[in-house]
Amino acid sequence: MVTHDTDHICWGGANHHHHCRHALAVRGVGVCYHRVQALREVSFEIVCGHTLALMGANGAGKSTLLNVLAGLLTPEQGQVLWNGRPLHDTRREIAYMPQRSEVDWAFPMTVRELVEMGRYPSVGMWRRPKAHDEEIVQKALASLQLEPLQHRQISELSGGQQQRAFLARALAQEAHILLLDEPFTGLDVPGAESLAELLRSLAHEGRLVIASYHDVANAPRLFDKVLLLKQEVLAFGSAAEVLTPENLNRAFGQKI
Amino acid sequence: MSDFLQFMTEPIALRSLWACAIIGFTNGFVSALVVLRRSALQIGTISCALLPGIALSILLFGLGRMSILCGAGLAALLVGLGSLFVSRTSRLNHDTSLSIIHTTAFAIGYIILVNLGLQQKVDDWLFGSIMSMGHFDLWVAFITGALALLLITIFERPLLIYLFDPRIAATMGLPTLVFNYGIFALIILVLVSSLQAVGAFLTLGLLVAPAATMYLLTDRASLMFWGGGLIGCGGSVLAFFLSYPLGWHLGATIIVVLGVIFLLAYLVSPKRRGQIRTP
Repeated sequence: MVTHDTDHICWGGANHHHHCRHALAVRGVGVCYHRVQALREVSFEIVCGHTLALMGANGAGKSTLLNVLAGLLTPEQGQVLWNGRPLHDTRREIAYMPQRSEVDWAFPMTVRELVEMGRYPSVGMWRRPKAHDEEIVQKALASLQLEPLQHRQISELSGGQQQRAFLARALAQEAHILLLDEPFTGLDVPGAESLAELLRSLAHEGRLVIASYHDVANAPRLFDKVLLLKQEVLAFGSAAEVLTPENLNRAFGQKI
Repeated sequence: MSDFLQFMTEPIALRSLWACAIIGFTNGFVSALVVLRRSALQIGTISCALLPGIALSILLFGLGRMSILCGAGLAALLVGLGSLFVSRTSRLNHDTSLSIIHTTAFAIGYIILVNLGLQQKVDDWLFGSIMSMGHFDLWVAFITGALALLLITIFERPLLIYLFDPRIAATMGLPTLVFNYGIFALIILVLVSSLQAVGAFLTLGLLVAPAATMYLLTDRASLMFWGGGLIGCGGSVLAFFLSYPLGWHLGATIIVVLGVIFLLAYLVSPKRRGQIRTP
């Protein structure tokens, strides 16, 4: 079945009888864009099972940090470790979801094909997907209630369904770390609630969910951990600990 | 009609028919890359750069098939990379810088060719001349087509991920830079090998219309390659049979036929309310 690899004890709620201690460690990460320091000495450590919001004002470095974690940007200083090894040695551990507005939804592709993409890192360039891969895709579609929609073109989905299709892709990839760029943007209140619920349950199954997010008022309801950024880490911890008036004042200036 | 049958018995007719089929298929097959990558305008620019490429290589090395092909390819490469460079390093957007480079290159090429006294041949390079294709040209077209078919078939899955979203492809560990330049190189190769048939000006239509038509008819990106190939091939062959009786220029007829097929697809397409990709 699904647990064909020793690394994947977290999938499918396996953590009920197994302790998840997969740790992501970010150590002293620094990034410069054209001599402007975008990130400075960013360090934090988190184990899987959490939903983490990267928060901060515009230009605070949320997207930059997300890009570093996704491996799209190589930091000038520092490193990102997953269980003590460089994170980007194991590509399939990460599933990245771009902002919804940046995805080309008109691309001729069905929901199922999008989810099947998730199998690529395991299948590789030279082999074809097997029945085993199809099974995983089917399971991913089922667990996100996308089976009835699987043959739809991706542009025909609602915003919430599109997010779910991307999450199903992450499940099919058997990724441990889900990196989401502003996933709540453009969703209505019930849509945001159900996405948050979904992210929580994915985290509960042993994954690590990291998302950039900007709404201070709703963050404590949607995430259990918050990292407050302003080029460097201002605060990191549970949402209640981090989102104090003085921290917010430091992060956002006089506005709040 | 008897004229036409008479014409069909000549070797040049058969060779032209083969050229139509092969070049139509190859361009149609590869056109999916252009449409899915939304780089039609960029490719248009590169195709126009073929003209100054030809002009310069004739200026330097004289008239010769090989030197023309190499010159055209080299110019396409330079202009393609140059436009990327200009748009990355100036505040102009890509479209604007492309349009300037494209027209300037075209004008330079025209001036050189006219000054070389080759005005008669300019038409051939702009609009193509399938009838004057020799065995060598046919082989170049065939090998290019086979190569494109092979590469795209082998790498279809990663290629589609890259075309859908290069960032996602990068996070999955795909060599996106290799894909980027590989696609670019393949398109230039197809452009150059079709130069003799449809010319620098019309080649863009052959490299966009077939997949754009499929885009209106299917939800599956993978069908765009073969579908585009069949439309390109069928349209070109149909144009061959139309052009002789009508006395129309063959290269231009191919583009007109493909344009009409696109229009028909547009009229019957259930998807035309969705946006068509523009560069």
